[in-house]
Amino acid sequence: MDFLIFQVPMLTLQAVLDGLLLGVLFALIAYGMALQWGVMNIINIAQGDLVILGGYIAYFMYLYGIHPAWGVIVSPIIMYFVGVIIYKLVINKVVDRDLFISILATFGISILFMQLMNFAFGADVVLANSGYGTTMLFDNSVTLPNSKIFSAFISIVFAIGLVIYMKKSKLGRAIRATAQNARAAKILGVDTEKVYAATFGINAALCGVAGALISITFTIHPYMGLPYTIRSFMIVIVAGLGNLPGVAMSGMGLGVFEEFADYILGTEFRIGSVFLLLVLILVYRRFKLSRKREYLK
Amino acid sequence: MNKNIILYGAILIFGIAAPFIFPAFKVQLSILCILIILAITWNVQGGEMGYNTFGNILFYGLGMYLCASVQVGMFFPLGEWTEGGGEKTFVHTPAQFFQGFAVGLAVAAVVPAIIAGLIGYSILGLRGHYFAICTLGLGVAAGEISGGIEIIGAGQGFTTPPFPNVDRLEARGEFFYFCSFIVLVFTFLAVKAIYSTRFKLVLNAIRDNEDKAEAMGIQTMKYKIIGWMISAFFCGLAGGIMGGLVGYIDSTDVAFDGREMGVFMVLMAILGGKGTLWGPVIGATLFHIFKEGFWTFFLGWQYVALGVLIVVIVIYFPEGIMGWLREKYPERFGEVVDEADRKAQVTLK
Repeated sequence: MDFLIFQVPMLTLQAVLDGLLLGVLFALIAYGMALQWGVMNIINIAQGDLVILGGYIAYFMYLYGIHPAWGVIVSPIIMYFVGVIIYKLVINKVVDRDLFISILATFGISILFMQLMNFAFGADVVLANSGYGTTMLFDNSVTLPNSKIFSAFISIVFAIGLVIYMKKSKLGRAIRATAQNARAAKILGVDTEKVYAATFGINAALCGVAGALISITFTIHPYMGLPYTIRSFMIVIVAGLGNLPGVAMSGMGLGVFEEFADYILGTEFRIGSVFLLLVLILVYRRFKLSRKREYLK
Repeated sequence: MNKNIILYGAILIFGIAAPFIFPAFKVQLSILCILIILAITWNVQGGEMGYNTFGNILFYGLGMYLCASVQVGMFFPLGEWTEGGGEKTFVHTPAQFFQGFAVGLAVAAVVPAIIAGLIGYSILGLRGHYFAICTLGLGVAAGEISGGIEIIGAGQGFTTPPFPNVDRLEARGEFFYFCSFIVLVFTFLAVKAIYSTRFKLVLNAIRDNEDKAEAMGIQTMKYKIIGWMISAFFCGLAGGIMGGLVGYIDSTDVAFDGREMGVFMVLMAILGGKGTLWGPVIGATLFHIFKEGFWTFFLGWQYVALGVLIVVIVIYFPEGIMGWLREKYPERFGEVVDEADRKAQVTLK
């Protein structure tokens, strides 16, 4: 019973496919985290709460009779402005400071958001039904909801679009210049304040996309944010900042790990195993680096 | 020196008299004591050593579960107790209750310290924000995992033994108040004693520049582990008392409440001033007053107010009250100030 998953190959395939489709979403959120971490040197604990807020936008469109897939377009636009407002109110005061200050300040934002969403949307677990049906593979032994395939596809489109935007556009170049050396960029006429605001806005918009997709494929709840933050943090430290293929790979790897943990340990240990994996990865890297007398920076 | 003795005496007398002066606030006062202990222990770790942790909640929750489990398990089968939920078939006699609580507290203090020592070598090799996030993960993981373990109540929680029937109604509140107050005094004196030794200087050296401290021949890892064990010891004690006081242990909402208590202890220490002896005490007192005020006046909106408070404290008062006082009256803190030099610095700006 315990390891049925390894005896039935179709079940394994199911878990792997589920995990890959889920992992693409994680990678999208982690990409936003890597962006703001690399450019502004802050760690945003409220990342997951931005995701959930984006999800509620799509859910509300669903409630008012609009197909929730349109949330993929509406939610990032709204979330961009939410991100810029958060930046103007709080983040611009912590950008140059110690990383721990940014962790604590965004923790405050996270608590605030959690509670505001709880007031506004209620504490129920909700999902926006897309009505996409499911695809059956291999004689009906592997089922894939079309919404998951849709969400993975959309995430990939957004990620590729953003990469091209960062390479080609003027703002993208300014963001990359600021990430390399903020002072030099300032001297050369880049308005770093604007760049930071835009970066945080883009990060929030990415969270909005991911949230809208999560509300279609999975469920959302006001208090579910922190695990998404931890997942994206984990993906970023495994992949490294600015390593986009690495982010995609480790995101999908994490998705597969979670599905297997879910099957083997049981659903109640799913979130716990994610957090434990984070601890184990950090400890592993610490021992690996300490052989060279270095430490994680 | 003389002034200090009067101050300490006054606080001690106030502490002993407080439950009789404000009989309605006994539970609040006990929680205040617990919060001060947590802030002081966080300060050993985060303020003096410079290792900002969200993970002390791990030891707090562990102490809570251990104390309650030992108190029950010494006399009755633990599995049946937690399975029963609300309907209790076992009743502690007063002697059993107090005996169990005493042994439970001892276990709740020692075991977390040992665990801190065991995991310390791995975790304390991380630095800065990696350490912070790692310990945050540790605390939340502990909560999620303990929520899946059957013998300590799993999802439905663990009801701690009810206070035994003694003739006085007030006895429960007074018992837990004096427990927490005595532990607080003990913690404060122990930390004060530690801060007057070379150990504190080592911790400060680690905070200021760990590489240089290591180059000077200090075995930093040894001291970091000892520092964390001290933190864990008192955190476990505080957790054990809090479990008895609340009367009900839930894995994610009471014991391993990393999103609330785990952040509160950081904030209390920061609000009062990191790296000072009195800072956490003042910070915790103020924070508790704020928190209770929010709960009373903004009922329903308390977490919103709390989130705003966190952001405001972190952005505008990162040095805390003691830090602000130190900047204002440096002479009082034993710093020699060259007046001309200070003025010159001001004009340079």
